[in-house]
Amino acid sequence: MRLNGAGIVIESLKNEGVEFVFGYPGGAVLTLYDEIYKTNFPHILTKHEQGAVHAADGYARATGKVGVCIATSGPGATNLITGIATANIDSIPLICITGQVATPLIGRDSFQEADVCGITAPITKHNYLVRHIKDLPRVLKEAFFIARTGRPGPVVVDIAKDVFAAETEYKYPAEICLRGYTGKYIGDEKKIDRAVDMLRTAERPIIFIGGGVITSETSQLVREMVQKMNIPMTSTLMGLGAADADSAGYLGMAGMHGSYAANMAIMKCDLLLGIGVRFDDRVTGVISEFAPKAKIIHFDIDYAEINKNIAVNLSVVGDLRWSLPLFQEKLCPYNDIIKENIQKWYENVVKIHTARPFKYKNDKNNILAQDAIKKLSDIVTHNTAIVTDVGQHQMWAAQFFKVYGPRNFITSGGLGTMGFGLPAAIGVKLGRPDKNVILLSGDGSIMMNCQELATLADYNINIKIIVIHNHVLGMVTQWQRMFYGERYSQSLLNSKADIVKIAQAMGIKGFRIKVKEELINGLQQLLHEQGPVLLDIIVPAEEDVFPMVPGGKRLDQMVMGEDGL
Amino acid sequence: MKHVLSVLVNNQPGVLLRVVGMFSRRSFNIDSLSVGVTQPNKYSRITIFFQGESYIVDQIIKQLGKIPDVAAVQLHNPETAVYRGMTLIKIRANDTNRLDVLKIAELFRAHVIDVQKTTLIFEITGQDEKVSALLQLLTPYGILEVIRTGQVALERGEKTIFNCAGKTAFYSKNLL
Repeated sequence: MRLNGAGIVIESLKNEGVEFVFGYPGGAVLTLYDEIYKTNFPHILTKHEQGAVHAADGYARATGKVGVCIATSGPGATNLITGIATANIDSIPLICITGQVATPLIGRDSFQEADVCGITAPITKHNYLVRHIKDLPRVLKEAFFIARTGRPGPVVVDIAKDVFAAETEYKYPAEICLRGYTGKYIGDEKKIDRAVDMLRTAERPIIFIGGGVITSETSQLVREMVQKMNIPMTSTLMGLGAADADSAGYLGMAGMHGSYAANMAIMKCDLLLGIGVRFDDRVTGVISEFAPKAKIIHFDIDYAEINKNIAVNLSVVGDLRWSLPLFQEKLCPYNDIIKENIQKWYENVVKIHTARPFKYKNDKNNILAQDAIKKLSDIVTHNTAIVTDVGQHQMWAAQFFKVYGPRNFITSGGLGTMGFGLPAAIGVKLGRPDKNVILLSGDGSIMMNCQELATLADYNINIKIIVIHNHVLGMVTQWQRMFYGERYSQSLLNSKADIVKIAQAMGIKGFRIKVKEELINGLQQLLHEQGPVLLDIIVPAEEDVFPMVPGGKRLDQMVMGEDGL
Repeated sequence: MKHVLSVLVNNQPGVLLRVVGMFSRRSFNIDSLSVGVTQPNKYSRITIFFQGESYIVDQIIKQLGKIPDVAAVQLHNPETAVYRGMTLIKIRANDTNRLDVLKIAELFRAHVIDVQKTTLIFEITGQDEKVSALLQLLTPYGILEVIRTGQVALERGEKTIFNCAGKTAFYSKNLL
């Protein structure tokens, strides 16, 4: 089949099973957009390239498939950078197709030229600059392969404008030959035997899961292990949903704003099984004092994660889809013994968790963000995906929104990208139309990409938006309150912008609630309205997220807030 | 401690950037670097000298192994490998002292590659210590310019970077 470069891109997308792409047209990708027009390939036009890349990211997080976005050269491509870095640090499979100026113009500081490969090299899993049409089919095949296999990540394919127009005989390669990368990883089985031995003799083990469990679709295996042996379990922010929020022995999120029981259990355990985690500084507290009494076993697909942040006693490198079933099988004969060994520890940890759950104070008149999130959690079905932005509301969502099932908690974990939520929610809903999608944002975060409200209206994407509106940058003010003598530098927003009117102007419904009596009705109304709706909830400014492990402190040195909340 | 790594990479534009970028991104320092096409010519070979404790060596090897364009990473051991780098030295020498300078150079097996009325250029290969010693002796005569290439390294004996690829390329065990 003879095709031009643009045709090859579209055919390759079809071959890879891509349902639709997010993007924004421009000079260098005109030929590609002409092909999208001619073939009627499904395309979602966002209002900003950053919206496109976050939407593709949200789609990938919700479905496990590769998200695809398109941008033009120069400013189009550089607008993707934040989104690419967000996906990279959370290991999200993404293909970003960017136009580049025509081959003879590369390197001449041409109009809308930027060195996209140079810029994105440190924040991608891999990237390509395509200068010759003959390379294009192979590059696209490799790009999808690299993005979705192994530890997934974003891949940028930068294609020169003349390559889109050049023609060649098209045949999608059936095989890939990459010398330094094969994508799958089967590790050393003996390591699993050693892990079994260590767990058999442990008295106070804890399972510590992360985003890797969700990426590898192994949450069911982890849940079974916990059930069979009553091993207490805790999760990172990225691992939320792998365990049902109220399942027995599950202690909720650990770390800086983690639960009391989870953090104390990490400090006291004698064996910590880290599964698909990377021991990020937000979860470990002061690194030298993380799980000080424990031997640590680390299950991960990425060899470079072993001993990167934490020195471990045993590493099981390999795909969790390989290691966890084997681990479970080899544990079978010892399930009952282990359960018996750790019975006392399990009961003790669960007792602490019941006695000291996440709490917040009682406010008679105001709506508290925590209360709103808890009430919301109580009235939605389990088939709900919650998408968050970044800041206090994100931590409260992690604490008070009960997540059931993997891929139901969508958040920018590693990079902490404000403005991620709204466009990501678009991708989540389009990828999983069967789910109820709720976006939880703040008055700071929502404004960072509020142009995408118009995308919601234009495509009538059914997302329910809650803006936790405290008139300040909550997390920033919390730190300024605690560590900078209440000098609220540039963090008191008090904006004159009316978010409800913005929503209405963009073409979606919006309404506001201010007092406590309105909360339940407000939430009900939000959920029952047809189509996209924004609910602006006015909350008091001076609320802190507790517990909190201050920087440089151990996990058991949590600040609990007034009344020991 | 000083360490030496050989990295076998696909001979393509932009690969050096990925390798060097990894060092700067994770704030590891490079002492010396040399790059050249190897046999077969679809590969380039990068030799990197760097300082660091064992944690840093471990991370560098693992992070380099993750780059799809990296085919193999080999850590050299001073006892089992040879290191060579070349230095060119331009020195002031006229009729009165040229012979003295040449004599010193001969002791160090430095070759003369250019002679002018007032200057000489020497070429010397070898490890850093030897070159430094020569430079010290030549300093009183007036060194005009010195240029050093990055050092390169090869393991002694049968072992090559190609047969160590299986061990250091972490994804290479598994077939598609």
